Amino acid sequence: MARQLHARRIEGIDKNIWVDFTQLAADYKVVNLGQGFPDFSPPSYIQEALCKAVNGGCSMHQYTHAFGHPPLVSILAKFFGRVVGHEIDAFEDILVTVGAYQALFCTFQALVDEEDEVIIIEPFFDCYQPMVKMAGGKGVYVPLRPVSMEGGKALTSADWVLSSEELASKFNPRTKAIVINTPNNPLGKVYKREELQVIADLCIKHDVVCISDEVYEWLTYDGAKHVKIASLPGMWERTVTIGSGGKSFSATGWKVGWAIGAGPIVKHLKTVHQNSVYHCATAAQEAVAQGFQREYELFGTPESYFLQLPEMLNQKRKKLATCLESVGLQPILPEGGYFMISDISSFKVDLNDPSTQDEPYDYRFVKWLIKEKGLATIPVSAFYSPEHRKDFQNYIRFCFVKEDSTLNAAEDILRKWNQGKDVH
Amino acid sequence: MIRAIRNTWNVPLYWVWSSATRARRAPTLYIALGPDMNITRRTLSSVCRLININCIRNISYSQCAMTSSRHTNSKRIEGLDKNVWVAFTSVAADPTIVNLGQGYPDIPPPAYVKEALANAAAVDKLNQYTRGFGHPSLVKALSQVYGKVYGHQIDPFKEILVTVGGYGSLFSTMQALVEVGDEVIIIEPFFDCYVPMVRMAGATPVLIPLRLRSNKETSSVSSADWVLDPEELASKFTSKTKAIIINTPNNPIGKIFTKSELQTISDLCIKHDTLCISDEVYEWLIYKGHQHIKIATLPGMWDRTITISSAGKTFSVTGWKLGWSIGPEHLIKHLQTVMQNTLYTCPTPLQEAVAQGLLRDYELMGRPECYFSSLAVELEGKRDRMAAILQDVGMSPIIPEGGYFMCVDVTPLSQDLSHMGDDEPYDYKFVKWMIKEKKLAAIPVTAFCGDASKKQFEKYIRLCFIKQDSTLDAAEAILKNWNK
Repeated sequence: MARQLHARRIEGIDKNIWVDFTQLAADYKVVNLGQGFPDFSPPSYIQEALCKAVNGGCSMHQYTHAFGHPPLVSILAKFFGRVVGHEIDAFEDILVTVGAYQALFCTFQALVDEEDEVIIIEPFFDCYQPMVKMAGGKGVYVPLRPVSMEGGKALTSADWVLSSEELASKFNPRTKAIVINTPNNPLGKVYKREELQVIADLCIKHDVVCISDEVYEWLTYDGAKHVKIASLPGMWERTVTIGSGGKSFSATGWKVGWAIGAGPIVKHLKTVHQNSVYHCATAAQEAVAQGFQREYELFGTPESYFLQLPEMLNQKRKKLATCLESVGLQPILPEGGYFMISDISSFKVDLNDPSTQDEPYDYRFVKWLIKEKGLATIPVSAFYSPEHRKDFQNYIRFCFVKEDSTLNAAEDILRKWNQGKDVH
Repeated sequence: MIRAIRNTWNVPLYWVWSSATRARRAPTLYIALGPDMNITRRTLSSVCRLININCIRNISYSQCAMTSSRHTNSKRIEGLDKNVWVAFTSVAADPTIVNLGQGYPDIPPPAYVKEALANAAAVDKLNQYTRGFGHPSLVKALSQVYGKVYGHQIDPFKEILVTVGGYGSLFSTMQALVEVGDEVIIIEPFFDCYVPMVRMAGATPVLIPLRLRSNKETSSVSSADWVLDPEELASKFTSKTKAIIINTPNNPIGKIFTKSELQTISDLCIKHDTLCISDEVYEWLIYKGHQHIKIATLPGMWDRTITISSAGKTFSVTGWKLGWSIGPEHLIKHLQTVMQNTLYTCPTPLQEAVAQGLLRDYELMGRPECYFSSLAVELEGKRDRMAAILQDVGMSPIIPEGGYFMCVDVTPLSQDLSHMGDDEPYDYKFVKWMIKEKKLAAIPVTAFCGDASKKQFEKYIRLCFIKQDSTLDAAEAILKNWNK
């Protein structure tokens, strides 16, 4: 065809780190601590719930309600109503989506127009930037920065903070929304109530919508508490809170997510949804509903998966951190989530790979690590804006939500590597 | 729920019923103040007195209310919130209503497909993310099946995208390839989502109706008798035309475009250098004496066509919401870009199960045991039965050549609906009346056309016949007793 084929809205968003690095990890035989999904099984009761749904009669295989399968939205309303301490209307305040990813898409498409600004806190889950761009909006970035430490003590994600003045300076009359992610991917930061209050105050002052990506909400460690910004005064009516069945139940392949918020805002997300995918798969929603029903009854007890999972992951988190420290890769101990980032600046290697010459240092390092050492990770500059990427090229991200055997294999690789080289 | 209140003070006033206030039966009054507004407490008292509120209690002078214009919708979705399904789907929940409305089977899917899903769910790996553009075993199975159908190799990784239903493929295509300033030709009656999707992409829908052949008597009409006027079609193509959407077999009429009709369309696509979006979700539901032809197989069309299909319609599992787009790499790659920025990947176990289903039926293709053929045979019986039921009560249905819907002109029933007012087309009023009074649900066909064609289609309703015999029995009983 002679004319331009593609729509301008997709210009500049065709590159994608997952497409590139997942392919690379598949091409080489690697120990994969890259993409964020468990390599262990979901809890048996959730797998059983899906099987039960599959065998559950005709209606399980046909269209259900477009905005969310009634048993699922009902239990989500009940469950999260109890968590935030006020009634949530199952049919007005909730939209079920194809993963939290689609909830983010619906939110941006519903609320962001040309020239609107959206504040994004760095480092950020990489899709926020292209989604804002596709909606015609402009990303305005503000980084978390590590507070400088005395004595070289290992940092935790709690030491990475926002400057309140810097954050306040990013708000202006064109600001439509701010995106926060807590616990954060890739850093693992769990925002404290006081930190959320600073953000909330600015949202209220400037009449801005808050998009709160809380997919890792159950995964907090060392006593860190997950706080929902929507529960702060004045925030319910201006916040869209996004959650994930895949992360909650270690079944990322089911792609069941949701957006919860005040009806007047959620209704716009529904309009996007009904004009894009319309329905989500029935059986998967039924199974997630069963999962939440069980968790509602067991909430706070030792049988709750939402307690068992973070306990299990805590061990793995500590194991990986110890391993990384022992080989001179300084980990930033995460307070929450699936991931740990590591400072690679003291790990000098001869990246003799002309094919990656023009790429950021961490991209080159990660590709070298895949090809030469058989270990897959993700470069952290992918989670920074194009403007700030060059300042954060010295970190790589590890996913520790893996079987112990996988973590052991990674440990072997790193130990062997360390034994055969100088470390500054 | 929010209601704006007109008032003489130029103050944006809203009654708001939230779930909490609903319980107290008392809405909260919100006054939206912009940063420049300076409303005195005295003015507020006057407002409240006139609206009969006792006192100004808990008025917060925050600069924004829930309904501040900052939180309204983006322009791209303006006017796209209403939808025929939202209006009629709640009907499905009432078990006393015989539902021939929304298009989904109440017959069970084939057992091997359900088993495949149960098996996939038991495999750990299959509960985690798979490849974004389509699970490898699924795209390979699709490549096999469609390679055979198209008669040429189809690259599973570059020429196929797996999406959330045929619906998701339509959306990905529109978002990838259509934008402000474009025109998209849509043939009426059309599956209703085409117009809002074109509008959401910022483009202009250009409509052209199928028309009943002028020399046709009204008895024994087939969907083949509904045709495009070639000159009228040619007149719709302009320098702004980006694409034409065709749907064959068509929903709601059931028309299967013939090779010569597709040739007319493809000649225009080539002449004007436009794309073709071919929605073929009912591709296997072809009745005796007819043949489904893929416009992408016509000369010069592969390079400019996206063909859309549906696992839900193929295997009677609409609730699985899996579909796919097939086309040349230089088009599919743009759909893939949309996919990676919208929902990234489709559910893994469902994709694996569809792959298993396709592989099983691939081996049986061309034989009666193949589900693609056996479902069509089963549905043809139901089609004929539905037609007979309607004919027995004096109506003349349009006999569909494919798909699972039948449209019928309800004029012979002579139903007087003058008591229902004038603000809706006749078919909307008829269907609402029929649901309420006769407990039978259908869909009004004007939901599938633009304003200019409403008069042409307002006597037609659409009935879905992919239903159990007991459902069709119940519909028959209602129709037989219509005048009682």
